[in-house]
Amino acid sequence: MKKRVVVTGMGVAAPNAHGLDNYEQALRGGVSGIRFIPQLQELNFGCQIAGVPENFDEIRSSYFDREKLLSINDNIGYASVSAVDAWKDAGFNLNGDDDDTVDWDTGVIAGSGIGGMDTIASVIVPMINEGRVRRLGSRVVEQVMSSGTSARISGLLGTGNKVTSNSSACSTGNEAIIDAMWRIRTGLAKRMVAGGSEGATPYIWGGFDAMRVLSRKFNENPAAGSRPLSASACGFVPGSGGAMLVLEELETALARGARIYAEILGGYVNCGGQRMGGSMTAPNPEGVKRCIRGAVADAGIDPAEVDAINGHLTATYADPHEVKNWAEALERNPGNFPYIQSTKSLIGHCLGGAGAVECVAVVLELYKGFLHPSINSEDVHAEIEKFASKIPQQCLEVPELKIIAKAGFGFGDVNSCLIFKKWEKNNTN
Amino acid sequence: MDDKKIFEEMINILRPYAKKQELLATATPGTHILNDLKVNSARLVDVIIKCEDVYGISVDDDEADKIRTIGDAVRIIKQKLGLQ
Repeated sequence: MKKRVVVTGMGVAAPNAHGLDNYEQALRGGVSGIRFIPQLQELNFGCQIAGVPENFDEIRSSYFDREKLLSINDNIGYASVSAVDAWKDAGFNLNGDDDDTVDWDTGVIAGSGIGGMDTIASVIVPMINEGRVRRLGSRVVEQVMSSGTSARISGLLGTGNKVTSNSSACSTGNEAIIDAMWRIRTGLAKRMVAGGSEGATPYIWGGFDAMRVLSRKFNENPAAGSRPLSASACGFVPGSGGAMLVLEELETALARGARIYAEILGGYVNCGGQRMGGSMTAPNPEGVKRCIRGAVADAGIDPAEVDAINGHLTATYADPHEVKNWAEALERNPGNFPYIQSTKSLIGHCLGGAGAVECVAVVLELYKGFLHPSINSEDVHAEIEKFASKIPQQCLEVPELKIIAKAGFGFGDVNSCLIFKKWEKNNTN
Repeated sequence: MDDKKIFEEMINILRPYAKKQELLATATPGTHILNDLKVNSARLVDVIIKCEDVYGISVDDDEADKIRTIGDAVRIIKQKLGLQ
């Protein structure tokens, strides 16, 4: 019998807030984390705005000793701070380095889309090109290896179950949570720290700028630059940051009296095969719909039970298509359509970290009974104007909120969808 | 530059890497860098690079492999500086 999986801890380092309380306030207030980045102007980027967690050097300095700080780049820093926060939020203590205890029942799945590009660009490439390979020292491999985030987190927490890093472009964060859910469901772990992160560097963002998929028209007005669902959307705003969730087997969580935020009822990942309209960069609509239906079926709910959607919704031409795919997959029309929102309107697109940062928003919304505004969508795109009333323009208090569906789609035509349910004591039945 | 000064600088260089921070205060030239201070062996290359930067010297791999204690490091630095 499959085990039920609940969320018992969360940590987040987002462009508009660090920490759950600050993040909730920023979400409720529709606070944008998008700012002008002078370096992008100096480097002749078309898009000169981005979402970057503020004061993060100061924040991480308060978490880690000097030796660790030397080996923690932005990507791993966002993930590590979030993991420590999530672990403590779940009611656990951090073991000291002297403590030899290994928690064999807890694992880590922490991914990123592009990873340690800042370290590669700023340290490895110049030093090697100058013939100074010896000067790289011991610290670059652990910062650029694909599993750098999960490896670091495991060392911080002393986890001894499966420890790995996944990568599926902008679907990475969701996929990590879904994979972790399965690990617990099948009884292979009692607890998993799962999420994603992405560093803040022009070397990650440059490729997207060259593809002309970034928002270029709002350099003078950064907070208005990320415009999912809007008629004036003109590309996504690059973001960065990370988030981790502690997922736990329900029985274990109940036995230790843990505070439970929400249950993960179901999840599904697939790929559109880059056919039927799908490509390296665009989703096959059939794949998206199958993914959503797969998650709903896995959750064992009726599609009509979905109260709200936290979409992928990046502010490209694909947003109206995504809304239509949701409508068809859930068999809902504009009249009975769930609320739909984009957290990216506030923080930009955190790439490999996006799914996790946005899942934390979803779980907070369920736990506290609200829906954050999907900002910059006051001029709803003409193709979806019938859905306009379902897009929160202000923070909505929705105490009856029970189920939110969260999706993410990534380059390579990969899809992921999660179904979260508010935790209520009688859910144990 | 005397032994004492180089020794004190070595303590500073080792500070970020020593898991046994408390031992740094009572360390002697005989203190073992890996076994006593519990410096991660992978970090020895960073310690060597730091020594090279601080003293403007170059320590080759064979010489670096011979460094076990703080005193070993002090001795090699002195040699490189032409102090013995």
